[in-house]
Parts: sequence; C-alpha cells; structure tokens
Amino acid sequence: MSDALDCSKLRSYTNARVGLRRAGTSLATSELLDMAQCLAEARDAVHAELSTASLMQQLAGLDLQAVCLKSAARNRAEYLRRPDLGRRLSLGSRTALEQVGEPTQGQDRAWNGAPRLIIVIADGLSAIAPERHALPLLDALLPMLEGWKIGPVVVAEQARVAIGDEIGELMRAELMLLLIGERPGLSSPDSLGVYITWAPRVGRSDAERNCISNIRPEGLSYGLAARKIAGYLTEARRRQLTGVALKEDLPQIKA
Amino acid sequence: MAYRHSIRGVTHSFEDLRTLLAKASPARSGDELAGIAASSAAERVAAQMALADLPLAIFLNEAVIPYEDDEVTRLIIDFHNRDSHRDAFAPIASLTVGEFRDWLLQEETTGDLLAALAQAFTPEMVAAVSKLMRLQDLVLVARKIRVATRFRTTVGLPGTLCSRLQPNHPTDDPAGIAASILDGLLLGAGDAVIGINPVSDNVATVTALLRMIDHIRERYEIPVQSCVLAHVTTQLQALERGAPVDLIFQSIGGTEKTNSSFGVNLALLDEAYQAGLELKRGTIGDNVMYFETGQGSALSANAHHGVDQQTCEARAYAVARRYRPMLVNTVVGFIGPEYLYDGKQILRAGLEDHFCGKLLGLPMGCDVCYTAHAEANDDDMDSLMTMLAVAGVNYIMGVPGADDVMLNYQSTSFHDVAYLRSAFGLRPAAEFAAWLERGFRKELTMQGLLNA
Repeated sequence: MSDALDCSKLRSYTNARVGLRRAGTSLATSELLDMAQCLAEARDAVHAELSTASLMQQLAGLDLQAVCLKSAARNRAEYLRRPDLGRRLSLGSRTALEQVGEPTQGQDRAWNGAPRLIIVIADGLSAIAPERHALPLLDALLPMLEGWKIGPVVVAEQARVAIGDEIGELMRAELMLLLIGERPGLSSPDSLGVYITWAPRVGRSDAERNCISNIRPEGLSYGLAARKIAGYLTEARRRQLTGVALKEDLPQIKA
Repeated sequence: MAYRHSIRGVTHSFEDLRTLLAKASPARSGDELAGIAASSAAERVAAQMALADLPLAIFLNEAVIPYEDDEVTRLIIDFHNRDSHRDAFAPIASLTVGEFRDWLLQEETTGDLLAALAQAFTPEMVAAVSKLMRLQDLVLVARKIRVATRFRTTVGLPGTLCSRLQPNHPTDDPAGIAASILDGLLLGAGDAVIGINPVSDNVATVTALLRMIDHIRERYEIPVQSCVLAHVTTQLQALERGAPVDLIFQSIGGTEKTNSSFGVNLALLDEAYQAGLELKRGTIGDNVMYFETGQGSALSANAHHGVDQQTCEARAYAVARRYRPMLVNTVVGFIGPEYLYDGKQILRAGLEDHFCGKLLGLPMGCDVCYTAHAEANDDDMDSLMTMLAVAGVNYIMGVPGADDVMLNYQSTSFHDVAYLRSAFGLRPAAEFAAWLERGFRKELTMQGLLNA
C-alpha cells in the first residue's frame, strides 16, 4: 500500500467501493458485513411486494384516477423465471382494463386530437423503487405537462417493461410513460427507471423506447429526471416516435 | 435424423441433433424457458447416453443450425474443412462423444496434443462432451491447456493469474474512474486490461477515456493495455479520429441472428480486426481483440433456433477463434435467473464455458458474477473463482469491492484476485509483476493520474 495516499480520500471521487479496509489481502470484517448488509437490502428489494393500497391512496391525493392490475406471473418465483409472463396482463386484469379503457359518455375527457398519455407504475425487480420515488417524480413532472391529456394511472404488479405495450394498446394510448423498479445493485436497491414508448402496441422492441435510468436521490434527482422526461415526451409528440431515432436528435437538456 | 435410447424398456427418442443436445444438457433455467430442456431426470440421462454413443463425425454431417441459414455455421464447417484442420482431426475422428471424454481425461492426452487439435474441434463437439462431464472433469481437462496471448503483457502463462481492472462509473466521470484505476493498481490488478464499460456509447466519451488511460500508462510506464467497451463501430470511429485504441472489444454470440441483435456480423468484425492490427500498438504481441460472451444471449435475442444455450455459447467461441483474441471471457451470471437460476447453475456454466473455450484454443477468462435477483451470493462466487483458478483460468475481473456501480451486478474484487494469487501461489503477468516490483506504485496519486 502506498504511503503517499490516504485511501479513504479516494471515496470522495466515486461511489465505487475503493479504498476498502483489509485484513491481510482480504477484506476486513467491517467491510464484509457492510457489503452483506447491502446485498441483503438488494435481495429483499427483489422479493418485496408492491404496496398497492398505499400507492393508490397517494395517487388519489394527486387527483389522479388509478387502476391496479396484475401480470400473468402469479408470484415472484414465477416472475423471475418467466419474463414472458411479466410482459402480459393476467386474464382478469385484461378484462378489467377493457372496461376502464374507453372513456364513458358523460366523462369530460376531450381525448381526441391531443396525445393521450398513460402512466404505468410497475414493481419490476424492485418494488421499493416505485414506492419511494414514483410519486415524488410525478409531483415534479405533472406541472410540466400542462395541456396534456393524461388517462388513468395504472399500478401494475409482477410487471416487466413490455407490459406497458399491452396496457397502452388496450387503453389506446398514444404515449406510454412507464415507471419501474430497476434491478437492484449492491449500492442501489431502489433505483427507478422510466421508459417512454410512442404508440405502445404488443410486440414493440426495446429499440423503440427511450429510457431514463437511475432515478433516486443518490442518482438522478426527481427534478432533473422530470425535465428529461418532459423533453422526451414533447419531442416524441412532435416527431410521433420514440426509440433510437428520437434519442439521436434530442436537444441536450441542461442539468 | 432421429436418435433413440432405451432404459428399462422405456424408449426415449429425440428428433434431431439439436434436440438431443438440449435434452442432454445439465438442468438450467434458460433451456426450460426456451421449452427445450429435458422433461425429466430420466429423459436427461437417456439423452446423455444416446449422445455418448454418437461418433464425433456426426457434428460435421448434421448442423444444429443449417449451413445455408447462418454464417456462424458456415464459419464452423468451412474452418474445420481446411486441410490442415481435417488432418489434425483424423486420429480422433472415429471416437464417439463418450470415448472423446475418456480420451480427454487420459494422462497421455497432453496440453500440447490438445493445443494441436484446437483448430480442428468444432464447438458442437466440445459442447457435447462437456454435457457428459462433471465439474472435476471440466477442471482437469481445461487445466492441461494453456493459451498465452500478448500485447504489452503476456496473459495466460502457467503460474500466472491476471485481472481486468474494471473501473466503471455511473456517469463516466474521469476522476471517479481514475480513483478506481488507482485503487486497482495499488492492489496489483489490471494486467489483463484496464477495461471500462462506458455509460455513453459515443466517440467523444470513448476517446476521452482512452486518452486518460494512455496518459496514465505513459506517465507511470505501466505495461498494460486499455479498452473502452463501447460498440465496435463507435471504437472504429474513435480509432479513425486518432484515439489511442489498444484492444478492440465486442460482445458476440453463437448465431448470426444473435450477432445481428448486437449490431455486428463477421464482415464488420473482420474490418475491426484488420484496423486493430494495422495500429501495431502492441509491443510484445499482436493479439488485438477482446470478446465477451455469455450463455443465454441467443435466447434473449430470440435467435437460438432451438439450440440449447450452452451449445450456442460454444459456437460464439468459433467466432472469437477467427480473430486470435487477446482476451475472451464469459460474463457468466450477468444475464439473470431466467437463464441461470442459482449459484449451482452459474458454477457449472462458468466451468463449462472456460473448458469449451480453452479446448477451442481461446485465452479464456471469466467474469465470475451474479445479480441480486439470482439465487446466489458471494459464497457461490468464491466456489467458482477457486475452481477456475484450479482449472487455470487466464484472468478474472477486478472491480472495487466486486460491486459494479454502473452495471449494477456483483463481480469479483481486487481482493479476490489477491486471494487466488495467495492461495495458489499465482503471479501477475511477468511484465506487470516487474513493474509492481520497480516500486512505481508509491508514486501514484490522484493528482498524478488526472494530470497525466
């Protein structure tokens, strides 16, 4: 070990685990236990269940109509082994959605003309990510979406990104904004990802979406993430597309 | 052609070679997800028995993916059919797959003999025999074979274990990356490559990071090679604009369609290889390519043609073999539990990949790794890295604390590399070891690295 260098100072340059304390060439006990705790949090995040009741209540507080749906994966074990099932709605949820998808007569929703944005909040691989960050993010984002026609918010359990395609298709959404828990890392058990898809339809590929990753206080802040999302949504609406082609042309959004 | 095997009066039949290979594969979630795995333990062992009785020549006559449909199949068959390769193969051409396993394990079958045959084996042959092998067999045979490659260091010689220093950062911040490089160098990591996975796949980022490593390398006279693992086309653009490109990286798979999903084909890789060679930046050798692979990528890209994930993986090594690469590693547990469910499946897959790659003549390393949603933990990684060290793996990863804060997965740490070197008396690459002994490490500082 270098005498010239105080390893603990390295930590000020990166959140990577540099300058760890050692026992011989191995990790010291305190470092080992710290990492065990971080892995435990990540593992618990993977297996946590989404608190849908609490989310629905908070959405009501934001004056947003909301509906709760389930994917075709019946439980976490099946969800982890069968990503295909997490991309499709359960039969019951599909039926339920067909009933709310169409605006009924008498509802004051001028959905013709302006793009209709559907927001999905999904557990993905970390239910604690949407629980912690979905509402604060929407709080920051919604004021930037004045004049947008926003349909009912969908809360989706045991869901993967592509479930937004089926939901969007059934709800005839023109744009899908899907907030989902990302795969937890040792240093980020609660990272939220956002996927934006123009004209969501079953069979869309990931190349047809735009993604904003690592939304959490230690990563991308709510405010900055909201501005990026609003930028993408505006451009998607103007150019009537999302995905690789949109990303290349998107003007830089200043931090 | 259909294959059959009877056990206790029950006849199991397998409609073609790819079905037989899939059913003979030790259990893993990816083949189950694809719907091609054996439906019972009895069916699996019946498939293994049927496979053991097949002559090796069958893999030259029945392609698992048709020759007309797939350029990787064409590469495999045409490569084998070169006169020198066919001649090398002749002495073992009559063996069955089961006899091939026995032959590999014999003491008389030396590493030199296997090295002479490396170009003659096809990936399907080595995948097939691996399915009949226990972990100790995979270790014992792989251990015979050493594949050394050279650029500025020599990686893969007996008695050495190298590491890729992987200093990733969630925003590609140069200071953050430099801090991880510094930490790794202090702990003796980086002799395989200093290789960064960038967040931003663009020429400016690739160029800036390559320049930074190059300046550090020159200022401190470190014998290392660098790589920024962007898409190969991005690296080529950076190279054309004068970036100091050492190794050229690309993720590859075992079918044309998988490679197409990665945005590459053999023609593009040929072009990259030629461009890398022309730079002549290697001081002691001209192995210029770096490839990463991993079981499950073909299924993930819906490009597996009903071929099991381990056979697809071995086919990726035929692609790598074409380019005399400096480094090849499977990223074994990165892909997630839908392909390799738990520590047991990751352990086997890592050893299979190392074995198949070495038998095909590749300088195999391994990213010993898992994700938080797989049923695995650091104990499983300890098992795999320890067995790989016994098997003579060329290199593993060195990530600060094994926690990749950009890619969000758990790999191996600088301390893990030190553990293996200590436990097995292994040394870093000779050129790098000499640098460590010269005491330059004492001069390393953050300011020095950033102002290099």
